[in-house]
Formats: sequence, structure tokens, C-alpha cells
Amino acid sequence: MTAGVAHVAGAGPDLPDPVPSAGRTRSLTAYLLLLPGALWLIVFFVVPLAQLFTVSLQSGFPGYPGYYYRDVNFGTYASALTEFAGHFGRSLLYAGLATLFAFVLAYPLAYAMAFRAGRWRNFMMICVIAPFFTSFILRTIAWRQILADNGPVADTLTFLHLLPGGRITETWMAVVAGLTYNFLPFMVLPIYASLERADARVIEAGGDLYANGFTTFRTVTLPMSMPGVIAGTLLTFIPAAGDYVNAELLGSDRSTKMVGNVIESQFFKVLGGFPTAAALSFTLMAIILAMVFLYIRRFGTEELL
Amino acid sequence: MSTVKDWVRTRFAMISAILVLLYLFVPVAYTFVFSFNDYRKSNIVWNSAAGPTLKHWKDPCGAPGVCDALLTSIQIGAIATVVATVLGTMLAFALVRHRFRGRATSNVLIFIPMATPEIVLGASLLTIFVQGFSRFGLRLGFWTIVIAHIMFCISFVVVTVKARLQSLDPRLEEAGQDLYAGPGGTFWRVTFPLVLPGIVGAAMLAFSLSFDDFIITNFVSGDETTFPKFVYVSYLRGIPAQANVIGFSMFVIAVALVVAGQTIGNARRK
Repeated sequence: MTAGVAHVAGAGPDLPDPVPSAGRTRSLTAYLLLLPGALWLIVFFVVPLAQLFTVSLQSGFPGYPGYYYRDVNFGTYASALTEFAGHFGRSLLYAGLATLFAFVLAYPLAYAMAFRAGRWRNFMMICVIAPFFTSFILRTIAWRQILADNGPVADTLTFLHLLPGGRITETWMAVVAGLTYNFLPFMVLPIYASLERADARVIEAGGDLYANGFTTFRTVTLPMSMPGVIAGTLLTFIPAAGDYVNAELLGSDRSTKMVGNVIESQFFKVLGGFPTAAALSFTLMAIILAMVFLYIRRFGTEELL
Repeated sequence: MSTVKDWVRTRFAMISAILVLLYLFVPVAYTFVFSFNDYRKSNIVWNSAAGPTLKHWKDPCGAPGVCDALLTSIQIGAIATVVATVLGTMLAFALVRHRFRGRATSNVLIFIPMATPEIVLGASLLTIFVQGFSRFGLRLGFWTIVIAHIMFCISFVVVTVKARLQSLDPRLEEAGQDLYAGPGGTFWRVTFPLVLPGIVGAAMLAFSLSFDDFIITNFVSGDETTFPKFVYVSYLRGIPAQANVIGFSMFVIAVALVVAGQTIGNARRK
């Protein structure tokens, strides 16, 4: 798990490919190795996406909800985006906040693991991954109970006058807290992976030169860990923006729903909702892919690909 | 006063790290504690009148459907892991060891599924299963979940195995070729054993991704119930404590496997 996530993070060693061997030039072997996996991805990823796109352009038979005909109707995009603009905004806002909070929590942890943990490093690594072996749904429902009205957290915060509304669940706070919690390891592992490869002596030298903790962090430590930070923010933001489980289990009926909730309910609960759901899914994917590529281009991590 | 301040300042990273780790374990602890709850109707409020009980641990299949869901999840996870690991490993070898036309495209094809929100993957698979592949007699259920899980696991297997392959020392294989002379012998006796830890790691990652998946599964599962879906569906009535028992046991088993893996790894290195 560790190695996987860390490398998705683009934090794996960037060694040159091994010296060309006899196998390299035989491209037939390459295609045979490639074929089954590539076919699987084409049939069950590319083709379904294309189908989703055609569905988003379908029109419903008037008077027969749940029946569609092939069409090139971009009207669904216009109406879906106007109707659910708030949900889109909320998805991006909540995912952005969760990414920010995850970064704030993850960085000291990753830093401590890389430079302070010593022989406890492996133990801490296990502690980061271990909670994720308890089902994600179970843990989210556990948070629902822990944050519930009259629960320990809500009561303490109310007592300290930090919670004017008196409740956490069914508010945006619970949703953002849930998203932050659920995707935190995806932030910790890549940052750790890039800090671990950094030379601790460079940071010490920075400390000697600047003599100020924050300046050293800003000018030396943070830039060295940038590939990990970029990978971590992507790995947190992408699933958070598309999530609907946290909003469903921790949020309220109306005011905290995200675009994922709309897609889910248009598919399963609204008769004739397929084109709307497809249009929303496609827009979400387009927005996220555009952001990913701009982000990667801006910060220049080709390692991800 | 300044000594206290210094003490905190020098240990700031470690103290915050420990706090964050504790935070990560809060819901796990909750799950564990509520597996001992002797509740009447729903396992939401702690029944302090009755005190803790071991009855759910003695009868983990006691709640209707919970063990069927668990078994389904394990079967799906096992099939998806084997297929995704084989296909992904082959892809990783092709990408690292060969130069061919379409290599860059293949890299993009493998990267994009990881950058696509799960809900979009689930939605697109649902539309193709319902509006396209149903023509071939494919109904939503066990096998559509397997197909979907293989699809999203492949990319993660590829990046994991690729990382291991790229970090191999090419001189080891050259030495193998000098000694054994055959490319097949070199592959099975040198390359494969060296890459094996990466493949095992990839398989474990694939299984845990498959086992815990809810969003995509929910879209393509039809009437089939996996463990996460069972928990999600039953949450309004309150999750049966047996689900807490199973959830916590999976945690213990997984941690034991990780620790065992690290111990073996350390022993090998010595």
C-alpha cells in the first residue's frame, strides 16, 4: 500500500531506465504484454466514458419518463449546470477546504516521520495506513456518532462558546471534517516520500543561514517537498470533489449536498435523470482534469504521468 | 518558562504528529468500543445499563446478511486482485522494458482513471452496463462489480510495479545474462524474484482498494451486497455490532499482515 500510494504521488525514485537489453527492440513482446490490460481499460474505461457522453446528449421521450432517444442535445448541460451550480460550487469549495486542512495536518506528521521519528518511522507509517483497513463507511458513520448533537465534541465546543449553532452534524463543518479525515493519508504519504528523499543536512544548513524556523521552512523545506505536496493535493482534492458519501452521512438534507449527491440521486431516484446525471459527471470530470493538467503544468511534475 | 517553550518548540513536529495519529484512530476506537455494546434496538447510543458484552464477538454472523456481504466482498476482492495484478504487472513490464509506438498514449490511458473521480467511473460503467453491454446478457451484479474493480485497480498496480522495476539495478540482470545466458532463465531467476515484493505490494493495494470500495460498487452492483454497501444501507437503522466486529477484525488482520511483511523484509535485508 505504501509503495503504491507513494509512487502514485510521483515520489518514487526517478532513475533512468535500465540499460537496453535484448528484449527492448522486440516490440511484438511489448504489444503482447500491453494488449490485455490496455484492452480492459479501453473496453471498461474509455468506451463507458464515450457512452456517458452520448447519454448526456440524449433527450427524453416526451410523456415517457425513463425512455431516451439518441440526440445531440446540449440543452441538458445548460439546464443541469444552471440548476445545480450551487452543488458544483460546494463540491469545489468543500474539496478545497478539506485539501487545505489535510495539508496543515499532514505536513507536521510527514515531517516528523521523515526527520524526527528515527526507529519509530516504520511504526508511524503503519499507524498512518492502519485506520484505513477499517471500512471507510464504518469510520464515516463513527464520525457521525462522535460529532452528533449532545455528543462529546459538540458539547465541549458549545461549552467553550466555539459553536454558535450548537451542532456539527448536518452542517458544512461535518462534511469538510469528514472529507479531511478520509483523504488525509493520501496527503501524508506523498509528502513523506518526498521529504524522506530530501537531505536533512540541507535543512540544517538552512537553519544555520536563516536562523528562523519559518523562513527555513518556506525557503528550504517546503520547496524540497513540492512534488509530494502537489501529488498530495491532487490525491486529496480529486476524490473529495467527487465524493458524496460524506455529504450524505454527515451533512444535511439540503444545504450541504455536493455534486456527487446530485449525480447519485439523478441516476437512482429521479426517473429520466440519466442525461442530467451524465452531463454533471462529464462536467465534473472535465473540470477536474483541466485543473490537474494546469496544476501539473504550472508546477512541472511530469513524474506523475 | 522559556525552558517549557523550548521543549515544545524543539518537539513541535513530533507532538503534532502524535496528535494527528491519535486523530486518525478516533473512529477506529469508536468502532471497537461499540462492538461491545449490549444494545436493544440500534447500536447508536451506548447502553450503560447493560454494560459491555462479548456476545457480538462470539457470533459475528449473527446479524442477517452481514457474513454473506463479507464473503461477497472477499470473493470479489480476490478475483479482482488476481486479474488486475497480472494485467497491471504485464503493463508495467511493457512500459519500463520496451520502447514502442503508443507508449506515451498508454501512459496517459493508465493515468487518467486515477485522476477521474470515482463517481464518474461508476456513472459511466452504469450507463454502459445498462444501455450497452446488457445486449450481451450482462446483468448488474457480482460480475459487473468484478469488472469495475479490475478496471480501477489496474492503474494502481501499474504504478506500484513500475516503481519497483525502475529502481532495479540493471547490473544484476546483466550478471544473470552472463551466467545463465537465456533470457527466460534471467527473467524467472533474477528479474522476477527482484520485482516480486513490488507485485505483492501491488496485490495488497488492489485488494484493499477493492474491499473498501463503495462509490463505484454502489453504481454497478444491482442487488448484490458487498460489505461496505451492507454497512451503508443499514446505517439508518443503526449498524449491527457484528459489522463493528468484522470491521475491527479486518483492521487487526491487515495490520498483522503489514507488520509480518515488514519483519520478513527486514530479516531478508540482514
